[in-house]
Amino acid sequence: MALLELKNITRRFGSLEAVKDVTLSIAAGEFFTLLGPSGCGKTTILRMLAGFDAPDAGDILLDGVSLAGVPPEKRPLHTVFQSYALFPHMTVAGNVAFPLEMAGRSGDEIKRRVAETLSLVHLTDKAAQFPPELSGGQTQRVALARGLVNQPRLLLLDEPLAAPDANLREETQAALIALQRAVGITFVFVTHSQQEALALSHRIGVMKDGRIEQCDEPDKLYTAPANRFVADFIGKINLIDVEVAASSKVLLTLRAAGLGEIAATDPRPLKPGERGAFALRPELIRIYGHQESADLKNRFAGRVKELLYLGDVTLYKVELANGFVVEALMPNAAPGRAKFHEVGDAVAVCWRHDAGVFLRA
Amino acid sequence: MKARDATAGATLTRWTVVAPPTLFLVVFFLLPALIVVAASFREPGEFGGLAPWPAHSLDAYRFLFGDVIYVEIFARSFLVAALTTLLCVVLAYPLAWLIAKSPAKRRDLLVLLVILPFASNFLVRIYAWIMILGPAGLLYSPFAVIAGMVYVHLPFMILPLYTNLEKHDPALLEAAQDLGASAWTRFWRVTFPLSLPGIVSGSALVFIPVLGMFAVPELLGGTGDILIGNLIKAQFLEDRDWPLGSAFSIMLTLLVLALAGLTAWAARRGLHGTQAVS
Repeated sequence: MALLELKNITRRFGSLEAVKDVTLSIAAGEFFTLLGPSGCGKTTILRMLAGFDAPDAGDILLDGVSLAGVPPEKRPLHTVFQSYALFPHMTVAGNVAFPLEMAGRSGDEIKRRVAETLSLVHLTDKAAQFPPELSGGQTQRVALARGLVNQPRLLLLDEPLAAPDANLREETQAALIALQRAVGITFVFVTHSQQEALALSHRIGVMKDGRIEQCDEPDKLYTAPANRFVADFIGKINLIDVEVAASSKVLLTLRAAGLGEIAATDPRPLKPGERGAFALRPELIRIYGHQESADLKNRFAGRVKELLYLGDVTLYKVELANGFVVEALMPNAAPGRAKFHEVGDAVAVCWRHDAGVFLRA
Repeated sequence: MKARDATAGATLTRWTVVAPPTLFLVVFFLLPALIVVAASFREPGEFGGLAPWPAHSLDAYRFLFGDVIYVEIFARSFLVAALTTLLCVVLAYPLAWLIAKSPAKRRDLLVLLVILPFASNFLVRIYAWIMILGPAGLLYSPFAVIAGMVYVHLPFMILPLYTNLEKHDPALLEAAQDLGASAWTRFWRVTFPLSLPGIVSGSALVFIPVLGMFAVPELLGGTGDILIGNLIKAQFLEDRDWPLGSAFSIMLTLLVLALAGLTAWAARRGLHGTQAVS
């Protein structure tokens, strides 16, 4: 049985439907992420889980029991707030002890659990300090310790990794994954950063306008987006407007206006004339010199319009015959060479027939 | 050279800004205080005022420490001030909280209502209390004095408390609730400790003026309700013993300073961490 179940949750604010008929099921031990742009309803869902808000329709079940009418202080789950919300008048140890005191644990147990949890987040030496004296990273870890110390059934995290420094962010992400594995507590994480979601989660629910657009494992979301929004929101992608020319079990032929035919595959039976988008990741595209031959099914002539040299890779923007600018990411992996094409070069843009995905409109 | 000119210019600017208020404080605060200190060591004149220089004595202090009634009056004054402060905290807290929790638009109006009584004359408002307490048979009693004191000083408690409470991060209360705290616990473990700086500033604004207040006990209190303020005033106006009045004033100032020092020391030790919202 799933640990947490959301059944047809709807939440309205006036005429605005912030959450529309969301159904989700999260297993014990999972690191689940709700990902979406701001205003997509992900924070509203989190607040309904914590009990600060209630759905207008639908039900939330924890261990099979409805949470309807249970106030936040009675729910066996804790939240790590976006602002961390550490108590400024209590020491680090006092903050971490707080949920244990509320649960009525004995003094000895509180002492032991606080010490254990602080050592888990490497803050033993900061126990006697006050939150305003801590760095951003330390504050983050105190907030995590406070949320985890009483071993809630579920830990909700509201975009708590908003660290400005990219290095620190990567470090924190690695630490968070290790921490979740160590404590074995189910995490429900909310973020607008697709990079964060991909790096941390076991499963991601991508949200838009109050709905879950797709809910899947990170690599599946990346390689097989269900629709245009998910494809565009997660990572970089080229979206070419196409219509189905012919469809068979082994080959799907798409027609792009002014470009010609694109060879692809799709297990679904598609009707000729059906419109949609062809989605192609930049790293799956190869760029060759005009004269070079390559044994790839899709080959289109173009001209390098712009390039962005990034060291390990170069991002080329190539304009095709129909005016569409395709982005291609090429590794600079040849000894002694770091760049292969210049702006203005006539090139051939190629990709395998199974590289892209056809998305129905 | 240029740098030094700039520094000199900055120094000049600083002095131009700082000098007028400094001068004002020296002339109207420091000098009069020193005059009071000097007066306490002189002798009273035959028809009031001070006896001609160089007559001086420690009579005023001998007198002050010689009569237990003065200790009683000092003790009663501190008791009245403490009681007034306590009642002000109890009455002001819910009001300040209510204002702080109101929608931003209504807050200004409510704050205006708190300070509105200042728009009418203080004595007129005390006379109004005579009209209220007289028919009830409560006039000229300790109750009347405390009621008047609380009435006059309540806004000085509400405003600093409101300023403090308004700055509290609502996320802290949500966090406390999320971690299992009931409404009552949330108040005592989060809101109240964080509001202590507000209570301390409000208490200073109430306690100290109450100690020196003579109009309220004079108009609302009975013969047994005189406080330090009345005592000092009487020495200068009715009894014409300026040195004794000065000695009383100095005593009061010293006691208040000692108390303020003690509070500041306790605050630095006990309220650690609350600077975040003070």
